[in-house]
Formats: sequence, C-alpha cells, structure tokens
Amino acid sequence: MSVRTQVLLWTAQRISAFVLAICVIVHLVTIIYAVRNGLSAAEILGRTRGNVAWAAFYALFVAAVAVHAPIGFRNFLSETFNWRGSGLNVAVMAMALTLAIWGFRAVYAVFT
Amino acid sequence: MGTLKVSVWRGGESGAFQAFEVPRLESQTVLDVVTHIQRHLDSTLAYRFACRVGMCGSCAMTVNGRARWTCRTHVDKVATDGQLEIAPLGNLPIVRDLVTDMVPFFDKWAKAHGRFEGARTRRDDFEHVQPGSVERQLADAGIECIGCGVCYSSCDVVAWNPAYLGPAALNRAWTLVNDARETGNKARLAAVAGDAGCHACHTHMSCSERCPKQISPTAAIAGLKRAAMAAALRGDLGRMKEEG
Repeated sequence: MSVRTQVLLWTAQRISAFVLAICVIVHLVTIIYAVRNGLSAAEILGRTRGNVAWAAFYALFVAAVAVHAPIGFRNFLSETFNWRGSGLNVAVMAMALTLAIWGFRAVYAVFT
Repeated sequence: MGTLKVSVWRGGESGAFQAFEVPRLESQTVLDVVTHIQRHLDSTLAYRFACRVGMCGSCAMTVNGRARWTCRTHVDKVATDGQLEIAPLGNLPIVRDLVTDMVPFFDKWAKAHGRFEGARTRRDDFEHVQPGSVERQLADAGIECIGCGVCYSSCDVVAWNPAYLGPAALNRAWTLVNDARETGNKARLAAVAGDAGCHACHTHMSCSERCPKQISPTAAIAGLKRAAMAAALRGDLGRMKEEG
C-alpha cells in the first residue's frame, strides 16, 4: 500500500469522524425524543417510512460508519496482533462491506 | 537517613533484577545510587552517563517504570517506601544491564530524513530566516532535542509497531519541514507519512509528558499529519511504496 493511500485512508478516517460526531448527536437526540414521548415502534415507522430526508441522513450515517470503523480497526488489529500485509487489508475490506450491507439494509427497512 | 532497597536489571534481554542496599543521602539522585552500586557494591554493573548535570541525556533509564534522566531525578521524588527499581530504557535492545543499543533509535532518525539538506554554498549569500515567523517559531520549539531516547522509550506505539519511526525522529523531521533553507521536504514528508510514520501516532502524549527538555513531539506529529494530508490531497506526496 503506497504512502499516499495510507495518508488518504487516515484523512478519510478524520473526515468520517467529523460526520459521525454530528450524526451521533442527531441520532441520540432523536431516539431520546422518541422514547421520552412514548412513541411505539409502529408510530416510529409511521414517521420514518417514505421520509426521504431522514433516509438520506441515515444513509450518510451508515456510509460514515462503513468508512470509519474498518480503518480504525485495521490499526487495532495490526498493533495488537502484529498483523500486516494484504491479508489484513482484505479482512478489513470485508468488514467495511459487511457494515455497509447491514446498514443499508436497515435504512431500506426503516425508511421505505 | 537510612537505606534504599534498589532493584537493578542485570543481564541482557533475558536477565533478572538484582537487589542492593544503598545508603540514603540528602539530595541524592538516582544516578548517584547507580554509581554507588558500581563503585562500592558490584563493579560489573554496566551503565551510561556523561555530564551528570542534565545536559547530555546519556543517563536515561527506566526508574520505577518510567523513563527519566537519572542525574536529574532526586531519589526523594521517586522512591516510595524507600524502594527503587532501575531498568534500562524501554523499546530498545539491551546491550547489558542498564545499557541499551541506541542504533535503532538513530536509524529511525535517518529514515525520517532527520538531517538538514540545503542548497546554498559558502559562495552564496545567507538565507534570510525571519526569527519571528510562524515556521521558525515552530521549528525553534523542537530543535533543542538531544536524542536522549526518553520519548521513544515511553511511546506505546513504538512498543506495538516495530516500524514506527517514533516521536524523536518525527519531531526532528518537523523542525526541518519548517526550515526555510530546506530543499528536501517533499521526500521528507513522504518518508514520515503513513502507517510507519506520523499517522500511527495515537496522541497518548507520553512523549510530551516525559521529555526532559519540555519539547512536545505530539505537536510536531500533529503538524506533520496536517502537512502530509495537504500534500496527499494535492497529489504531491509521491507514490513511494512502503517497505515490508
């Protein structure tokens, strides 16, 4: 992996962290609001289904997670288990794809 | 004033702590303790020191688990319950007893392009460096490093990642990145960026906390991260493949 790629991955981690900071705050406020106001699952789905704006927001959230977590986890794996090279990169890519698939499936289920 | 119970590492990578009893004196430093052991109790003890007044950095050792300059560490400050544990600097190969091999430390200094590369000769006029400029002040904040190895020995990432260049080498590279006379900064940034370079730093700040010269390698590394990111986004960072 070239140095430029490593630096761009680090940059993507920083940017996705910034996006996540906002998304997490918005998400926490939203779910606390939903719970405090005693919304049932059916009532929540009634508000989310077909809601393009919220779908876009959560799609962005999923994308940020799928970028941020694997890059950070790659560092953790290499530092803790001394794992380096292409095997590690493949494993971490698989993690990214899995998170993206699970996440977008959830967005599809809740917002369409 | 009583005695100190001192545990000193003997041997190489495999070895053991040996116990000594040393008379406790007023204003005693840890270096005084080690010297007493070598002169009066066991002349086979190997250790390094030079100036003994806190200028050269040769006497750095791990005292009660923490890398310090032993000549600048008063026993009163570190010997809880009259006990001291003295070991060689961490993250470096042990030559014998309290002496470490500093070669990997300086090899990484070289790998980080820690050497000035200028273009002017004696026939050219001086480069006019503004002492108050932002770059010069950033460089000045880090140039007092004497390569003692305390930061390197305190760094968790150095322990976890054998290729990581470490705080001292990166700090030196940063002073050169900010040097107006420098001509080698494009290659230098490529050398200090990436998984084995500044981007591996997790900002634990043990280096900045323990530097005996109050330098902050963490700040230097943060600067390198910014500079490398800017260069990478511009496409300027070069496509050098990492080794290994």
